[in-house]
Amino acid sequence: MKKSPVPLLQNGLRADGRAPDQMREVNMAVGVVSNADGSAVVSYGLTTAVAAVYGPREAHPRHLALPDRGIMRVRYHMAPFSTKDERKSPTPSRREIEISKVLREALEPAVVLEQYPRSRIDVFIEILQADGSTRVASLTAASLALADAGIYMRDLVIGVSVGLVDNTVVLDLNGLEDQYGEGDLPVGYMPNLKRFTLLQLDGAWTRDKFLEAIGLAVKGAEYVYQKARDALKNRYMSIAEEIYGR
Amino acid sequence: MYFVTPRQLIFPGDAVATADSRVEGPVYLDNGKYRSLVVGLVEFRDDGVVIVPLEGVYKPKRGDLVVGYVTDVLATGWEVDVKSFMPAYLPVGEALHKHVDLETTPLTTFLNIGDVVVAKVKDVDLTDEYPIILTLKEERVGKVERGTVAEIAPVKVPRVIGKKGTMLNTLMELGCDIVVGQNGRVWARCKDPRDEVFLASLIKKIETESHVMGLTDRVKAEIENYKKTKQQAAV
Repeated sequence: MKKSPVPLLQNGLRADGRAPDQMREVNMAVGVVSNADGSAVVSYGLTTAVAAVYGPREAHPRHLALPDRGIMRVRYHMAPFSTKDERKSPTPSRREIEISKVLREALEPAVVLEQYPRSRIDVFIEILQADGSTRVASLTAASLALADAGIYMRDLVIGVSVGLVDNTVVLDLNGLEDQYGEGDLPVGYMPNLKRFTLLQLDGAWTRDKFLEAIGLAVKGAEYVYQKARDALKNRYMSIAEEIYGR
Repeated sequence: MYFVTPRQLIFPGDAVATADSRVEGPVYLDNGKYRSLVVGLVEFRDDGVVIVPLEGVYKPKRGDLVVGYVTDVLATGWEVDVKSFMPAYLPVGEALHKHVDLETTPLTTFLNIGDVVVAKVKDVDLTDEYPIILTLKEERVGKVERGTVAEIAPVKVPRVIGKKGTMLNTLMELGCDIVVGQNGRVWARCKDPRDEVFLASLIKKIETESHVMGLTDRVKAEIENYKKTKQQAAV
């Protein structure tokens, strides 16, 4: 493996000055795409994902529609200007197609698709800026957008990544750690139900490190979840007030 | 036992109450607890708790009054767009009181594509090919011959009706027939067609300004104003 240009871990601090169990700055806003039925923008540090949800609407092409439940289509895409060095080709790459599928499968346990037979829900995710952990930022953005669209969900799905850097478990990988670290473990977590919907892993992990990482991921997800609630609150407080005239 | 307080904002996955409580609205049961499925508001009523969603498409319920557009004429009924995510079906038997011979009478003699109907939701069965069945065999429903239809977001429908119908009563002062469909379509018929245009603009105003306080009073003032200028114009 190539060596990182800067030390990833020094005196217990990471390259960007964070402690191992610290998230980057998390920012969120709901209702950012006015054309969509629901939308959200989520950023973990420099990584920024926009999600827009359309539907439920009639399923086209018709042969894809299922009689007993709705179908969900997820498109994860990185903008050509999102990467640091070379321009990313706008054509969906093998990696993006795979992540689209992975995200769909991470969202499906939360969405009550049985309530929308013969229809379709479209989720479009665009990465505006990529600096590691894009798939988990996308997952949080997508679940906020689905909630904003009023689609029935059992819980929000919060994405966080954990990684292994110099044999230390760290939370929320940035681009550098993603590239040069020893392991990467993206997680999708439903905080109320305490269930996982996404668990991927690469690198070599010991059992202990893995368990430590899962614990850290849950901790991180709970932190992000509070931010997600605040973002939804910001959007809906005014609507709540309008109904009761407080 | 309830885990919520009145008028509280609630998010997907939040616990509402234990399984022995009475909870209505979009909730599901998980491990002995009712949890919310939507972003919504908690309302306490005499007989339990109701979750009121703040966003979303129209979810039909049995008994809802809806305003729909006929989109297709089928062999034994009509397909109707009711602004939901699935089409509704109006069978011949639910549309006409007398028996008709379908072999000699084309269905288009009763309803054709583009016609507007005010209908009741007779049944909702998600396993059907047409999950929403409509009926015209009720009071105050049927084909719409004249008037205007205004569209609003379905979640804003309670605002157009108002608390105990206050807003609707205010709008009625114009002397028009108004039907507020639960699916976010409002049909109005006035003696003077120009009143309908004014009414449609008022309904749009209610939708966009629904978060500003004292809306009913402002709507009332606008109606007074409109009546006055109309009278002057007549003199």
